[in-house]
Amino acid sequence: MRTIGSAITGSIRGEHPIAGGGNGERRPAALIFLVLLWLSLLVAIGVLITLIVTIIVEGQGQFSWRLFTEYPASSPDRAGARPAILGSAWVIATTAVMTIPLGIAAAVHLEEFADKKNWFNRFVELNVQNLAAVPSIVYGLLALAFLSMLGVRDKNIVIGGALALSLLILPVIIIATREALRSVPSEIRQGSLALGATQWQTVWRQVLPSAVPGIATGSILALSRALGEAAPLLVLGALVFVSFDPNGILSGYTTLPIQIFNWTGRPQEGFHQLAAATSVLLLVLLVVMNGLAIFIRNKFQKRW
Amino acid sequence: MTTTVSTQGGPAVKPDRPTTSYFIGRPRYGEFAIRIFLRVAAGVTIFTTVGILVALAIPSIGFFAEVPFVEFLFGTRWAPRFADASFGVVPLVTATAWTTLLALLVAVPLGLGAAIFLAEYAKPWLRKVLKPILEVLAGVPTVVYGFFALQFVQSTVLREWLQLPTGAFSVLAAGLVMGVMIVPTIASISEDAMSAVPNALRQGSAALGANRMQTTLRVVIPAALSGIVAAIVLGVSRAVGETMIVAIAAGNQARLVANPLEQGQTMTGFIANAALGDSRVGSIEYDTLFAVGLLLFLITLLINFISIRFVRRFREAY
Repeated sequence: MRTIGSAITGSIRGEHPIAGGGNGERRPAALIFLVLLWLSLLVAIGVLITLIVTIIVEGQGQFSWRLFTEYPASSPDRAGARPAILGSAWVIATTAVMTIPLGIAAAVHLEEFADKKNWFNRFVELNVQNLAAVPSIVYGLLALAFLSMLGVRDKNIVIGGALALSLLILPVIIIATREALRSVPSEIRQGSLALGATQWQTVWRQVLPSAVPGIATGSILALSRALGEAAPLLVLGALVFVSFDPNGILSGYTTLPIQIFNWTGRPQEGFHQLAAATSVLLLVLLVVMNGLAIFIRNKFQKRW
Repeated sequence: MTTTVSTQGGPAVKPDRPTTSYFIGRPRYGEFAIRIFLRVAAGVTIFTTVGILVALAIPSIGFFAEVPFVEFLFGTRWAPRFADASFGVVPLVTATAWTTLLALLVAVPLGLGAAIFLAEYAKPWLRKVLKPILEVLAGVPTVVYGFFALQFVQSTVLREWLQLPTGAFSVLAAGLVMGVMIVPTIASISEDAMSAVPNALRQGSAALGANRMQTTLRVVIPAALSGIVAAIVLGVSRAVGETMIVAIAAGNQARLVANPLEQGQTMTGFIANAALGDSRVGSIEYDTLFAVGLLLFLITLLINFISIRFVRRFREAY
C-alpha cells in the first residue's frame, strides 16, 4: 500500500514517468515487454563495444609513434598518417573560421531580429531544417561544381574541402546557436532595453555573452562531425597519395577519414591494421572534442 | 545635420506607434549595417539550397540531352563507363532500397525500444547514463562503421561464423551496420515525442488499472505517433544518403540486387566511386555524377519535408 502511494506521489512530482505500482506489472506479457526493451538497449550498446574492441584488437600491432611521424608508404610497416593528421587539422581550422561567425550571425538574425511572421524568415527556418538532413555527399557535389565553375583545375585543396564541410555543418551551428540564444531569459533583454540600450547593444553585450557556452558546445560538436566526415571530400578527389605536409589553404591534403578509407580498401592485412589504428586515433580525437564540449557546457553554462 | 538628429532624439514616442517598439534614438548607421549583415548571413542558407539545385541541375541538363529521361529512370542496366554505355538507374535504386530496408529492420525496433525504455521506464539517473552512451553511436565516423562492417560483420560474422554464401562485400553487412548507426536518430526524436505526452494521460491510464506496458502501447505511443513517424522518416533519409558504409562494405558492382547476400552499388556508392576516377568537367561521366546526385537530393528532399510536417504536427498537439 505504501509503495503504491509513494509511486503515485512520485509520478505527480514527475519523478517516475509512470506509477510503477503492483497492478499487473508482473504479468508475463509485461515482463517480456520489459526484457525486450532492455535487449534493444543492450544490443545497441553491445555493437558499440564490439566495434571499439574490434578496432583496438586489429590496430594494436600498429600503435606506435610512427603513425604520427611517417608518411604513407607502399609497405604497411613503414607507413604513417602524419599528412592526414595535419590535413585534418588544416581543413577543420579553415572550416571553423569560415562557418562559425556565419552560423552565429544567421542564428542571431533568426532568433533576435527576425519577424517570425515574415515569409522570408519562415522560409529560411524551413530551409535550415531541410539542409540539416541533406546527404553529406551532395555538399561535395556542390563544392565540386562551384570549383569547376571558378575554373580550379586541382580540386583537392584545403579551401575546397573546407567549403564543402562549412556548408555541411552551417545548419547544425545555426540550430545549436538558436537553442543557446533561446535559453537566455527575456528579462535580461528587457532590462537592457529599459536602461536605454539599443537592440544590437543588448544582443552584443548581454545576450551573446550569456549564450557563449552553449554556442561553443554546439560549434565543437558540429566541428567534430566535420572531422569524421569523408564523403564530400572523396567527391572532391581527396583520395590521393600525399607525401608532404599541407602548408596553406591552397595546399593539397588528405584527412584521417580519407586515409582510413584508403587503407581499408587495400588488399594487404597490414594496411587494415593501420586503418584500425588510425580509427582508434580518430575516435580518441572525437572523444576529446566531445569531452571538451561537455566540460564547457557543465562548467560555464549559466542556470537562470 | 546635427541639429536635426538632436531634435529627432530623445523620447519621441508617438501615441499611434505600438508600445512594444523601442524609443526612437539617433539613427545608428553602424547598427543598420550590422543588421543587414545578419540578414545576409541568414540568406546564405537559402543561397546554399539554390546553389545545390543549380549545381545539380545544370550538369543534369547536359546528361539528359544525351540520355533519354525514361531510359535513365526505368533502365535496368547501369554501365556508364563501358564501351556500350547504358544509364538505367534502377540497379542503383534497388541497392539503396535494400540497404535502407535492412537498416530500418535493425534501427526501428532497437531505436523505439531504447526510446520507450528511456522515456517511460528509466529512472532519471539511469537515463543520464544511457543517453550519452547512445549518443556515442551517432558520433562514430561513418568510415569507421564501414571498416567495422567490412572487417568484422562481413568477413568474420557472416562468412566465418555463419558460413553464409557471400563474397567479399554484401548489401546485408552494410545495411545492418547502417541500422546501428541510425538507432540514436530514431531513439532521441521518438523519446522527445514520448516525453512531450502529458503525464495526466499516463495517470489516467494507470487509474483505470493499466500497467506500464498497456499505458505505453495504448496511450503514450498513439499520442506520440506523429513524432515517432517523423523519427523513422528522418532515419530513412539518413539511410538513403549514407555514403561511406556502403562505399566500403556494399561493393561496387552495379547490378539488380535480388538477395541481400549479394554485393550491390547504391546511388551514394556510385557517386563516391565514380568521383575517384578523374572525370573531365563536361564529360558524360562527370554529368552522370550530378544526375544521380540530383535524384538522390530530390528523394531526400521529399522525405525531409514529410518528416518536418510530422514533427510540426506533434509540436502542435499539446
